[in-house]
Amino acid sequence: MVNIEIDGIPLKVDPTKMIIQAADEAGIDIPRFCYHKKLSIAANCRMCLVEVDKARKPLPACSTPVSDGMKVFTDSKVAVNAQRSVMEFLLINHPLDCPICDQGGECELQDLSMGYGEGISRFTERKRAVKDKDIGPLIQTDMTRCIHCTRCVRFGQEIAGIKELGATGRGEHMEISTYVEHSLVSELSGNIIDLCPVGALTSKPFRYKARAWEMQARPSIAPHDAVGSNIELHIRKNEVMRVVPRDNEDLNESWLSDRDRFSYLGLSSEDRLSEPMIKLDNQWQVVDWQTALDKTVEGLKGVISKFGAEEVAGLISPTATLEEAYLFQKWLRGLGTDNIDHRLRQQDFTDTDVDDSLSDWQLADIDDSDAFVLLGTNIRAEQPIIAHRIRQAALAGATVSSINLFTRDLLMPVDRQMAVNSPQLVQTLAGIAKALLAAAKQEPEDWLDLLPERAPSAFEHNVALQLSNAMNATLFVGDLINHQPQASTLRSLARLVAELSDSRLVVLPSSNSNAHRLAGSMPADKGLNARHCWERALRGYVMMGFDPLLDTAQPTIVHDALRRASFVVSISSFESDWVRQYANVILPMACFAETSGTFVGIDQRKQQFAGAVAPRGDSRPGWKILRVLGNISKLKGFDYISSQDVVDEIESPLRELKRGSKTGFIPDSLNLESDLMLISEVPMYRSDSLVRHSKALQQTPESRADGFARINQKEADKRGLDPQHEVVISQDDRKVSVPLEIDNNIADGCIYLAAATSVSAQLGSLFSQVQVMKAGRE
Amino acid sequence: MTQMLLTGPKEELFSDALREQMDTWIAKYPEGQAQSAVIPCLHILQDANGGWLSRGIMDALADYLDIPAISVYEVATFYTMFELEPVGKHKISVCTNISCMLCGSEKIMNHLQQKLNIKPGETTQDGQFTLKEVECLGACVGAPMMLLDRDYHEYLTPEKIDNILDGLAS
Ligand code: SF4
Ligand code: FES
Ligand code: FES
Repeated sequence: MVNIEIDGIPLKVDPTKMIIQAADEAGIDIPRFCYHKKLSIAANCRMCLVEVDKARKPLPACSTPVSDGMKVFTDSKVAVNAQRSVMEFLLINHPLDCPICDQGGECELQDLSMGYGEGISRFTERKRAVKDKDIGPLIQTDMTRCIHCTRCVRFGQEIAGIKELGATGRGEHMEISTYVEHSLVSELSGNIIDLCPVGALTSKPFRYKARAWEMQARPSIAPHDAVGSNIELHIRKNEVMRVVPRDNEDLNESWLSDRDRFSYLGLSSEDRLSEPMIKLDNQWQVVDWQTALDKTVEGLKGVISKFGAEEVAGLISPTATLEEAYLFQKWLRGLGTDNIDHRLRQQDFTDTDVDDSLSDWQLADIDDSDAFVLLGTNIRAEQPIIAHRIRQAALAGATVSSINLFTRDLLMPVDRQMAVNSPQLVQTLAGIAKALLAAAKQEPEDWLDLLPERAPSAFEHNVALQLSNAMNATLFVGDLINHQPQASTLRSLARLVAELSDSRLVVLPSSNSNAHRLAGSMPADKGLNARHCWERALRGYVMMGFDPLLDTAQPTIVHDALRRASFVVSISSFESDWVRQYANVILPMACFAETSGTFVGIDQRKQQFAGAVAPRGDSRPGWKILRVLGNISKLKGFDYISSQDVVDEIESPLRELKRGSKTGFIPDSLNLESDLMLISEVPMYRSDSLVRHSKALQQTPESRADGFARINQKEADKRGLDPQHEVVISQDDRKVSVPLEIDNNIADGCIYLAAATSVSAQLGSLFSQVQVMKAGRE
Repeated sequence: MTQMLLTGPKEELFSDALREQMDTWIAKYPEGQAQSAVIPCLHILQDANGGWLSRGIMDALADYLDIPAISVYEVATFYTMFELEPVGKHKISVCTNISCMLCGSEKIMNHLQQKLNIKPGETTQDGQFTLKEVECLGACVGAPMMLLDRDYHEYLTPEKIDNILDGLAS
């Protein structure tokens, strides 16, 4: 620690700090443009000039380290003169078009020019103008306003891991651009909107929609991944105008993924449901709530009295809040059924008793991990903020291996990456376990017969070494394993590897699914799991918050089940053709931002949020709908006044929660067979209804790729496929024809077709065996 | 002009000879710091390509050095000695920065424009000359000055320019 003085205030500071950091910590304001606490120091704007005792000239506070006895003056005559001069230069070329600039009112340049700018400019020459660039559907550019602070460039390089923007040209001709016009592909790109201190980079969907001072900020929690990023909703007249991050060092730091930032656009989609409806003589009729709710209970009770409560199933989206999940299961259990589940995209439930949840792990612990093995996860798409944290750890020296059904540029230093199909994935994990056995303290007896005879491959050895050499290794298991029909086998091997190498295993939850485990929205006793609920084609279904064909693992089976059911209720925020076709009652539900609730993140952190705007039209918050349904069903204990009452009940020590065992599940065999397997990844911007209804996200390059089937060259040759012809993918008697792209990142024996699209909805099940043929040859 | 391969595996890009030249520069920097060699590499490639850099060349160099393409564009657009469009056989770069300006670079520029009948940034129809306006070339003592291909010419006057250009064996 050294002693310094800023503006006469004595401070003790860490000698590695710059003056600006010391000042920030002490709450002393120094103007700045290029400095940002999360980015490297560029020191190119010079706005932060301060006077330092014994220095010949003003020094930039952002790049001058503190030293013992230093005396700094941030608003002495020398300092202020320097700051004013810098401001004068910055404003020379700035268009001063604040009245039509979206940044107006929240612009760092505007704010600082209030303090340091002159009323009149001495510059009478011509200002330069820079052509705007089209960098995609999310970010609007007005490059004449750019002050060349390079925050956006450094963000790309240092945080997003993909340098797409740069400073081309020199001096008067310098411009920030991609040089070759293209849409930014980073899944964190929206953050440059927040970083840009002026109006050069603003939100495209928000353009000209509202002024900063017209909106009210309401805190909330982002619903699309398992992080629960902290956000602020900016509201005007009961409408969410935009979403920005709230700093939370433990979770999203200062960042937000594009999915969490732009999904709000789905709130105003024309597909939102706003009135309760019932089907009478095959015609949909708008009715009042009472009628719709009565009809719901009546219909369900009818099924129950005729066929028994086991003929009713309740399925709920994992994006639903803790309160919704709890009331949903409480209501249905009250009606007598245990067929309740939220694991809609899961197909294999054999290891359902194993509890992988973590109680002693925080997201920020990723920073301390020195080795990562990513198993079956496209982490950048699945959990962008977690990917960012892993990347930071990797840059600090942690090792990273990835084993998945395809390779992808992870935008971080990766030690090894391998694309394998499912049977190979099983073998690879078994090989890693085998390699770890040599040094294991205790031999896992049950496994010994299952593990292969062969010696582990070099790759397997290396991963084993990576894990055993690490002090603090973390294994992530993602959707591309969890959604497979062999998920239990794969997870059990991951558990074995984690155990043998003394690493931590993190099974990535899908959005709020940890809340659902807590609430108990899954079978407790003899109830059917999600897969069986559909496969057994029951008589009555209650669906909450999802699209039956896009958000489930076996679209055509779901389709058949719904067609045959005698009574179907959908509680949902969005229209769906399939729901219209098969449901008997549609109850419009409030969406994200319109309801209060609790989010339970990957690290079990409970975060509560309040509703920020009134629900659309006549729709109602899910928990209120369920409360009334409970009352109409004449069940006891549904007299909650607020969603907090529900949480209190969930947390009540009297409630017994069925805890899974920690002991593993051991598969019967590790021999899987596969000829050609479908990779049914849920793409980043197809993960739930809200995201799917955000037009801007649907126009990103990421989304445009969803329409193609992808296969590697070798497999294409083997099967006579080429990109000039569509490929017909068939499964049993189902067929779809889609354009084909050659993609050598895809593992042998696999063909990639995005899930949660209208095309994938025509196929039987995700990750299944398929046949392919060149179109026209059938 | 050397034939260059601009797509394909890294170890086959450009040509054997060009890769060899570039590798000597890359080897001067620590492992993983190939980006530092971007300027000499651009020179090598520009010379091999008739004096200018196509986008394909820049992209291939980015691949070869394993850096983002924009990092190559940044450097190539920053320095006036890199050309992003085809240029004439001879390149005339006239300094118009402060010392040269005070010593009459404007007159020099005007004379060249009239003589060649082109504006700065343009190339004569016969493809002989490209005229450019550049910033200080560090020869202020001899202002006004110009750079003709690789040679500095100082204390310029219109007559001197006529002599120099007419004397060029074209
Ligand atoms: S666009 Fe904005 S963030 Fe990027 S350099 Fe310009 S002013 Fe800075
Ligand atoms: S903030 Fe210090 S130079 Fe820009
Ligand atoms: S100003 Fe022309 S060479 Fe320096």
